[in-house]
Amino acid sequence: MGFLKVEDLKVHFPIKGGLFGRTLGHVKAVDGVSFSLDKGKTYGLVGESGSGKSTTGRAIIGLNHITDGKIFFEDNEITATARKAKSDIRKDIQMIFQDPYSSLNPKKRVLDIVAEPLRNFESLSRKEERIRVQELLELVGLSPESILKYPHEFSGGQRQRIGIARAVALKPKLIIADEPVSALDVSVQAQVLNFMKEIQGELDLTYLFISHDLGVIKHMCDHIGIMYKGRFVEEGTAKEIFNDPQHIYTKRLVAAIPDIDPRKREEMKQFRQEVNTEYEQAYNDYFNEEGLAYSLKPISDTHLVALPEKG
Amino acid sequence: MWKFSVRRIMIMIPQLFVLSVLIFVLAKMMPGDALSGQIDPNIDPARIEEIRQEMGWYDPWHEQYARWIGGVIQWDFGQSFRFKMPVTELMGQRIENSFWLSLVTLIFTYLIAIPLGITSGRYNDTLRDSLITGYSYLGFATPIFIFALVMLWVFGFQLGWFPTSGSVTPGLVPGTFDYFVSKVYHLILPALSMALITTYSTIQYLRNEIIDTKQKDFILLARAKGASESRVYNRHIFRNSLLPIAAFFGFEITTLIGGSIFIENIFGYPGMGQLLIESISLRDYSVVTATTLLFGMAAVLGALLSDIILSIVDPRIRIK
Amino acid sequence: MAEKLLEIKNLNTSFRIRDDYYAAVDDVSLTVNKNEVLAIVGESGCGKSALAFSIMGLHNRTKMEGEILFKGENIVNISPSKLNKLRGKSMGMIFQDPLTALNPLMIIGDQIGEALLLHNKELSKTKRKEKVIDLLNKVGIPRAEHVYEQFPHELSGGMRQRVVIATAIANEPELLIADEPTTALDVTIQSQILDLIKDLKEDMNSGVVLITHDLGVVAEMADRVAVMYAGQLVEIADVHTLFEEPLHPYTKSLFNSVPNANEEQEKLHVIQGIVPSLQNLPRTGCRFAARIPWIDASQHEEHPELHEVKPGHFVRCSCYKHFHFPEESKEEQHHGIS
Repeated sequence: MGFLKVEDLKVHFPIKGGLFGRTLGHVKAVDGVSFSLDKGKTYGLVGESGSGKSTTGRAIIGLNHITDGKIFFEDNEITATARKAKSDIRKDIQMIFQDPYSSLNPKKRVLDIVAEPLRNFESLSRKEERIRVQELLELVGLSPESILKYPHEFSGGQRQRIGIARAVALKPKLIIADEPVSALDVSVQAQVLNFMKEIQGELDLTYLFISHDLGVIKHMCDHIGIMYKGRFVEEGTAKEIFNDPQHIYTKRLVAAIPDIDPRKREEMKQFRQEVNTEYEQAYNDYFNEEGLAYSLKPISDTHLVALPEKG
Repeated sequence: MWKFSVRRIMIMIPQLFVLSVLIFVLAKMMPGDALSGQIDPNIDPARIEEIRQEMGWYDPWHEQYARWIGGVIQWDFGQSFRFKMPVTELMGQRIENSFWLSLVTLIFTYLIAIPLGITSGRYNDTLRDSLITGYSYLGFATPIFIFALVMLWVFGFQLGWFPTSGSVTPGLVPGTFDYFVSKVYHLILPALSMALITTYSTIQYLRNEIIDTKQKDFILLARAKGASESRVYNRHIFRNSLLPIAAFFGFEITTLIGGSIFIENIFGYPGMGQLLIESISLRDYSVVTATTLLFGMAAVLGALLSDIILSIVDPRIRIK
Repeated sequence: MAEKLLEIKNLNTSFRIRDDYYAAVDDVSLTVNKNEVLAIVGESGCGKSALAFSIMGLHNRTKMEGEILFKGENIVNISPSKLNKLRGKSMGMIFQDPLTALNPLMIIGDQIGEALLLHNKELSKTKRKEKVIDLLNKVGIPRAEHVYEQFPHELSGGMRQRVVIATAIANEPELLIADEPTTALDVTIQSQILDLIKDLKEDMNSGVVLITHDLGVVAEMADRVAVMYAGQLVEIADVHTLFEEPLHPYTKSLFNSVPNANEEQEKLHVIQGIVPSLQNLPRTGCRFAARIPWIDASQHEEHPELHEVKPGHFVRCSCYKHFHFPEESKEEQHHGIS
């Protein structure tokens, strides 16, 4: 335990208003989130839009200002405020973004895109750099000749692989993948997911995998955290979350996944209705007055659920 | 809405302050002063120095500024050295002339630009569009002072269709119908010359807006509802594309100011632009600072107007 | 016997690129019955949206050939005024992205009201407003009177999609075309919207053409399924047959490439190569052949036809008889960074 450890992370965005643009309040995008990642595993962050899952990922890598809480990476604190060894951490933690169409600079050649992190952190000669980039492209399954091409000459899946090549260029230890396949077609999505799994073994990578697609999350992740309105409602292994969800929010989310078997249509409809009824009836038991989840309580070694205080 | 406007107006105050300081200091830095080269050589230089002392020209700049700004707040810009009359009085008629020139220019600009922009955007990549775009680029590339001179020469001197200088035929009594007609008659050629050249931005902006809006999903939805092409254009595309144009209106004022300086001088039209150039060459400080300040204020007010118009017409901003 | 609502016969829709026309919809024949959901499945670029747009006549600068019979009347290349009498009245459409499908400068009430106004000029203003509020209630929007006056940006994505649906069903259309109606929505909202579409279909006894890439959505919604690849239909079957016994290599590949929430798969199937662009489509032979190169060329037909293998189950080309997934070892080898 403790490869990456997030303790009580809070990211609040101020709401400005009034005549002088004073801060009137805060949007609590992330409001007290704690979890930890094991080395070489994949941790999935799931939630619907606005749940704070992306903000969490971006806060870890320093793209969002952290209001409160601590982040430890390999037992060193890397919270933005205590970030002295910043560049080292930036090397070890990389990010893959959602949109392979807009996250690559269209005016740069693949060589320059992939070499950018190398240029920032390592001083390589032109020739060395070229060889490294070619190796990286080969690693992601693109032909080494493509270094002189521009992003628009590639398909969506290939672009996402260029993004991955850039992310792994510095041999990072942790990759934060923010909806890496949401913009891709299913067959391309399969390609990227397979590939991410492959390099995970080869490069001993740890993933923080952020997605709203529960099918993809289940396929990829060992551990899963479910977020709702900036807080965790449940955390556990993929099995626990999908086969034995405890929080009504998780239950409803899992029930809403379309079932691939058309014969189960009626069954699913019934089941969903039951879950929805339960959700509506038990809503006040599972959420506080502000509609936020309570803090997590362990129900087994790995399974934590935001259950109400007993009283 | 009102909160937005009030806040927006409050931002203007420091803007105007910085503007006034800048104008004042820059005017002071101009070489020479109103007395140099203007005075009878028989007058003793010592006396000139004395006058300069009396006028307070050797006081620290901030004291001079304070005196000046104190007057400005009460709409008193001091005396013109050249015309020996209060600047306010000197500008009175000219502000009015410039205002009418600007207004007529704006009307011409929109009369030309809106139909052309709409045609260009609706029928993009057709011959019509190419012709209109060609015209607007030509306008963009032609320097206004050359174009204005050509217009003046052709329509003023060669064809004699329009007066070649002034803002009204001398001898007419203000308030009469003839006076009004004469004023309009004098305005047409300068306004048209300026409008023909400055329509470029509005045409191209409108064209791009329309092409952009045409491809929006809500246009598909409108068609899927069964709306006819003309309804799709009138109710959905034009309305949505004209909105940024309306917001752009205030900024047009800035372009107009720049243009009017050339136009008024070329057409001998007694407005603020002409006054500015004259007063600069005569080192008539109080007039220079006054005209520049008013131009600056007009530009700042134009930007304010744009923001307020936008906040009124666009519901997405209106809420906040 | 099911009642035919829409019958498409040998439809070709071609886009003009430079000076040539390229068929995005290539010789498609389909029927949609009343009270039936026909799902059209495929990846982006397969022509499924182009097909939907063809039915609604929403393309411009395209060439359409063939027939689209709506209640027996051919609506290909009919006059705009005739088309406008059908659109929004007998045929409604739901779009993919509710965030862009509504006019940002018009209040919700006017946008839905426009659909009523266009097809019923006699309806008084107050009656129209009543009807719009009824519609808002029908699609499950709370506080309908309030929402009537609101602008699109004041509503959430799910609510906006309900507004789009309300617009589409304003005149109780016999045919509803839903182009990826839930792709932009969260999963819980998706299930609500899908239920809504299903209920409305039952209510109005309408036929629904559901365009989607999501096999889960197909399984939940469709009565029959048409799979499209590169502009052509490659397989048509009722939903149970298709999910139990998919035949065409493309259909099988799609099924194997989706991470399935019910099953454990270590590796997903990857379809080799990419969907060819419109200009590069192979116009002869089996269009999927290039993506299953391990299948011998002789197994494909020269001019692949749709074959009815069982009543109602059609498959294109004979390659399905010989199709198998490649051996594991055929996957690309990767080298680590040393």
